[in-house]
Amino acid sequence: MRNVRRNFRSPWWWLAIAIGCAVGLILQTRRAHAADGVEAAAAAPAAESHQGIFNENRLPLLTWIIGIGAATTYFVARSRRGKPPTIRRIAALEAVNEAIGRATEMGRPVLFIPGVQDMDNIQTVAGITMLGRVARTAAEYDAVVEAPTCRSLVMEAAREAVQASCLAAGRPDAYQPDRINYITDEQFGYVAYVGGKMMREKPATCFYMGCFFAESLIFSETGNSIGAIQIAGTAESSQLPFFVAACDYTLIGEEFFAASAYLSGEPDQLGTLQGQDAGKLAVLAFIVIGTVVATVASLAPSAAWLGDFSALLQKAMGG
Amino acid sequence: MMLTRAIPLWIAVIGGMVMLVSAFLKPIEGLGENFADAFNVIAAIASVLGAGSLLKSNLSSISRRDAGWGYAVLVLFTFIITLVFGLAKIGVHPSHDFPTAAFSGKQETPDTPFGWLYEYAMVPLTSTMFALLAFYVASAAFRAFRAKNLEAGLLLGTAFIVLLGRTFAGVVLTGWLPEWASGLRLENLSVYIMQVFNTAGNRAIIIGIALGVAATSLRILLGVDRSWMGGGGQS
Repeated sequence: MRNVRRNFRSPWWWLAIAIGCAVGLILQTRRAHAADGVEAAAAAPAAESHQGIFNENRLPLLTWIIGIGAATTYFVARSRRGKPPTIRRIAALEAVNEAIGRATEMGRPVLFIPGVQDMDNIQTVAGITMLGRVARTAAEYDAVVEAPTCRSLVMEAAREAVQASCLAAGRPDAYQPDRINYITDEQFGYVAYVGGKMMREKPATCFYMGCFFAESLIFSETGNSIGAIQIAGTAESSQLPFFVAACDYTLIGEEFFAASAYLSGEPDQLGTLQGQDAGKLAVLAFIVIGTVVATVASLAPSAAWLGDFSALLQKAMGG
Repeated sequence: MMLTRAIPLWIAVIGGMVMLVSAFLKPIEGLGENFADAFNVIAAIASVLGAGSLLKSNLSSISRRDAGWGYAVLVLFTFIITLVFGLAKIGVHPSHDFPTAAFSGKQETPDTPFGWLYEYAMVPLTSTMFALLAFYVASAAFRAFRAKNLEAGLLLGTAFIVLLGRTFAGVVLTGWLPEWASGLRLENLSVYIMQVFNTAGNRAIIIGIALGVAATSLRILLGVDRSWMGGGGQS
């Protein structure tokens, strides 16, 4: 039984399941298409012929998911075998402890904003993950964390995360549920509350981790005006310039999603970052090859196979 | 431990897997939407907790006489007024389809107290907050565009070209350039910068984000990262 459980925890087990599912899907799709072909040949209506269970339009996406999943699984296993990857230093994450320490020294709270979206947004999940880390450090440093939220579910998730973090830090008394409260679903109502709170209470440190829209600059400029250390992280590419301009540190896009793994230092999680990098390398290779092939194809229109190859690469990238 | 750790983890794993698989299998395409509906139901239930939290925090703020407790009074007053007008449908006219049913009309129309509050109080207030952004953009741009080093100088120069190119000033200043040098006109340079350099950088960030989302989802689905449940990742 123990062996079964150990096997079940192994990433190879999951990889085998993923490959098995993928092969099964492809075989099933081909079989369905073959059956459709026979039926279509027997009795005409062509429009009815694509009735397979698999959504073929999404085959490139599935291939990418399986590829990245396989790479991630491989690097997690490799990391578990004692070969953890070297992760470059991320200044924003190195500054987290310092920023919380500053709040303790100044006797002011740490303000954490987990974005303006609900828990069905992966950025909010990543934000709550970061809140857990920040709350744990704050509990160790005896700092107060305030987290106003603009979704009820986010408030509940944030409370759970902070409570568990305080327990993990050995400071259950540091958990103050009243510091994590719901304000309003209305975007600018929330902005008004947070802005007012910042001006009145002057937190020493502000974290903005999650999904932000127009309010990103209002928050960060208000934080700047009160002299708070500000660390931001978002995957909203249109808001990144505002955070970069107004905050001390910014986690740009993928760094935001890597933050949890980076701060944990656990081999399993660090391995997933290497899998992510493998995916990036593959994308880079596709872009370079695709650019070269498309350029050559446009220069030599007689070589039709180059055009076909270029179209295939484009399709593989989901185009 | 079972309730706080194992059950949420399995709900996340099963829900995530079903949504992932439903994106690829036609017969269960609707299943993903069912999970999204379930999320909406849970969110609706949680809104009661949100309202409770709002009442509690504002009432305690008033009782403690915290800084700005007067705003808490205002929040409670408007919250209760809006809630009563919205739930009781005060001043709502019956709909044309069901003229005899008192509560059949919609409260969102501007001729009802609830709709009036939204149209003439909520909308102007949110617009005011949004308008503040213009001043914040100016102050942030002033700080960001100080030419402290080569990179900041490049940023300033590029921003200047784009800014001028997006206004009539660009046309006035460089409109005299001949046709063969039209690429150097500010309005064309601005388009070139936005379509080539800006798009290239933006796409690089977006590809990184997409891979980050995939890796984070995998970490959560496989249970490698449990820190979203708190405790700094300890299981």
